[in-house]
Amino acid sequence: MDLSLIAEAVVLGILTGAVYALMASGLTLIFGVMDIINIAQGAFVVLGAYLSYVLAQHLHIDLFVGLLITMPVMFGLGVFVEWAFIRPLKRDRIMLSILVTYAIAIIIEGLLGRIFSTDLVRLDAWYATRSFNLFGFYIGYIYLFAFLLSVVLLGALYLILYRTKFGASLRAATQNRTAAQLIGIDVERVSALTFGIGVALTAAGGVAFGATNSFNPGSHYDLISRLLVIIVLGGMGSLGGALIASFGMLVIEDVTAVVWEPKWSTTVFFILLVLVLVVRPQGLFGQLAGRKE
Amino acid sequence: MIRLNSARHLRTLGAIVAFSLLLANLAACGGGGGSTSTNTSPIKIGYTVSLTGDFSADGKAIQQGYQLWADTVNAHGGLLGRKVQLVSLDDASNPDQVTTDYQKLITVDKVDLTFGPFSTLLTKPASVVAHRYGYALPEGAGGGPSVFQQGLNNVFDVSLPVANNLVSFAQWILSLPAAQRPQTAAYATEDDPFTQPQVDLARQMLEQGGVHTSYYKVYAAETTDFTPIAQGVIASGAQVCVFGTLLPDVTAFIQAFKQQHFNPQALIATAGPDQGSQFLTNVGGAQTAEGIFVPNGWYPELNAPGNQAMVNAYIAKYGGTAADVSSDVPEAYSVGQVVQQAVTQNNSLDNAKLIQTLHSATFDSVQGKVKFDATGQNTMATAYQFQWQSGKLIPVFPSSVAAAPPEFPKPKWP
Repeated sequence: MDLSLIAEAVVLGILTGAVYALMASGLTLIFGVMDIINIAQGAFVVLGAYLSYVLAQHLHIDLFVGLLITMPVMFGLGVFVEWAFIRPLKRDRIMLSILVTYAIAIIIEGLLGRIFSTDLVRLDAWYATRSFNLFGFYIGYIYLFAFLLSVVLLGALYLILYRTKFGASLRAATQNRTAAQLIGIDVERVSALTFGIGVALTAAGGVAFGATNSFNPGSHYDLISRLLVIIVLGGMGSLGGALIASFGMLVIEDVTAVVWEPKWSTTVFFILLVLVLVVRPQGLFGQLAGRKE
Repeated sequence: MIRLNSARHLRTLGAIVAFSLLLANLAACGGGGGSTSTNTSPIKIGYTVSLTGDFSADGKAIQQGYQLWADTVNAHGGLLGRKVQLVSLDDASNPDQVTTDYQKLITVDKVDLTFGPFSTLLTKPASVVAHRYGYALPEGAGGGPSVFQQGLNNVFDVSLPVANNLVSFAQWILSLPAAQRPQTAAYATEDDPFTQPQVDLARQMLEQGGVHTSYYKVYAAETTDFTPIAQGVIASGAQVCVFGTLLPDVTAFIQAFKQQHFNPQALIATAGPDQGSQFLTNVGGAQTAEGIFVPNGWYPELNAPGNQAMVNAYIAKYGGTAADVSSDVPEAYSVGQVVQQAVTQNNSLDNAKLIQTLHSATFDSVQGKVKFDATGQNTMATAYQFQWQSGKLIPVFPSSVAAAPPEFPKPKWP
């Protein structure tokens, strides 16, 4: 077995993992603060990819530059969705949120299908297929740029969470929503902004996803299943956990595909996931039950 | 001689004549399937289409093909004097949903006839349901061997039998002069009943001809990250790449090969490059597509009954050019043509008669002649090899239909 192939698989797993970390961080953030599982996260990623597609095709705006437009738009959409569909859920929030956000995902898929049809498309740019040489093998520029984008955005998210008053409110709401309300934190405002941030991150994820995969409106099903697995492994509500789990999943799958067989990639990962959950049911960095009401 | 000279006799005679006419009409209406010309309700034809899920890109093209055929038939007086009405349900590319949908189409929607869905994977459950209710299932995109190993007599694939798709490509490789002939080949395929049989047969032929297998991997159809597989192909240094793919995976492989500056001498994929403009859009244009092969049983310039009219109708309805027509469109259109001929020949919608006629007669289609063997496979289909050259997908093999000789070796990626 060629060791360079394994090394390459590890490097690519980390680079690709950063893309998934970006998408999963929004999902785990939303769960952490609001106790809801946003099944529409994958659909928002696809929507973000289509927004970038429109900007690139019709206005010739670069994919990453276009984030200056798409991220605020998706943030606004996220705030609206929280206000219109999530805030009214008062009881059985977790179960109902699954149904409601699934419905939102279907609506997004339907609208995108109506506008763009089911034809597969891909985000194109010079860096989508070009690469540079690193220690004897080629790394695609898109993976490097997506990795750097993930670092920047997740770094910014960290700063928001740990260096701002809003971040303190958000962390308080994550720890105990009721207690946060009792000490005067406007939990509903925090929830709306958190949902907005979570959805805004999907715009960035959409660029990375769309530039490395062909996609159509129905592509969110595969995405959301993988994102949910990541946040379960990492610990629901844990940003650090989502990061580690993203890297872990992609590296394990890529190395398995290279060392053994591609068809066992997902199986090996899920076996490891089960083993982790047997030892730590809360995931790698999650908190045990009794965390919040 | 009876003398009809009384009013009572005349009234009686009139009643007898009227009653006889009524009986004659009722007899013509009977016989399950409705061959009478007095029935003007639409003929309902049911099918499932993959509007969502893994096959959604092809599903749309299949639906376009069926719709084009229905439009053509209805514009020319319909079928048996009745309009054709297509009834479709989204199967979400899911075999279980296909079973549910065909049950509904037959038992609830009470369609008169059924057409097949896209893909071998979905045709199998559809054919089982149709068989249970005595329906014929003509289809154009479910040609994997496993469809015809179920022992059913009701499934008919109007297109090229899938397992032979890559045979002519393998024959062409082996026909190259020894000095030019590639020595190594890499194979990567989905574990799909459509793609894997073709790739395995091509591998068998090439190995027997002395082309060494430097890489062979089967991956799950649900795979989303193709990079490690692409890396494996690249590391093998294979001169020929044979892929059992659909559009998303072949696009990912090409993207990885471009990034890694890996230039095989020949690259063929079982599906993906046959998707017309969609393929060009996904891989980054005609220069990237240059030299890529794909097998197929049809091309826009094929001299077959109704083909030119179908292509023109497609362009009029959906826009684009002839090169943009996905090969799924004529596959679906051919299904309609064959059924139309069989139903017209029988003058009946009866499915038992339809199955019998489909097994015995020869038909014309936009893909060429159609004649089914006992298993339902088309014995008269021809396997053409196509190659993207200068932005057009043209036939290059066999030489009898070649618009140009095959481009070999494939140009380097731009």
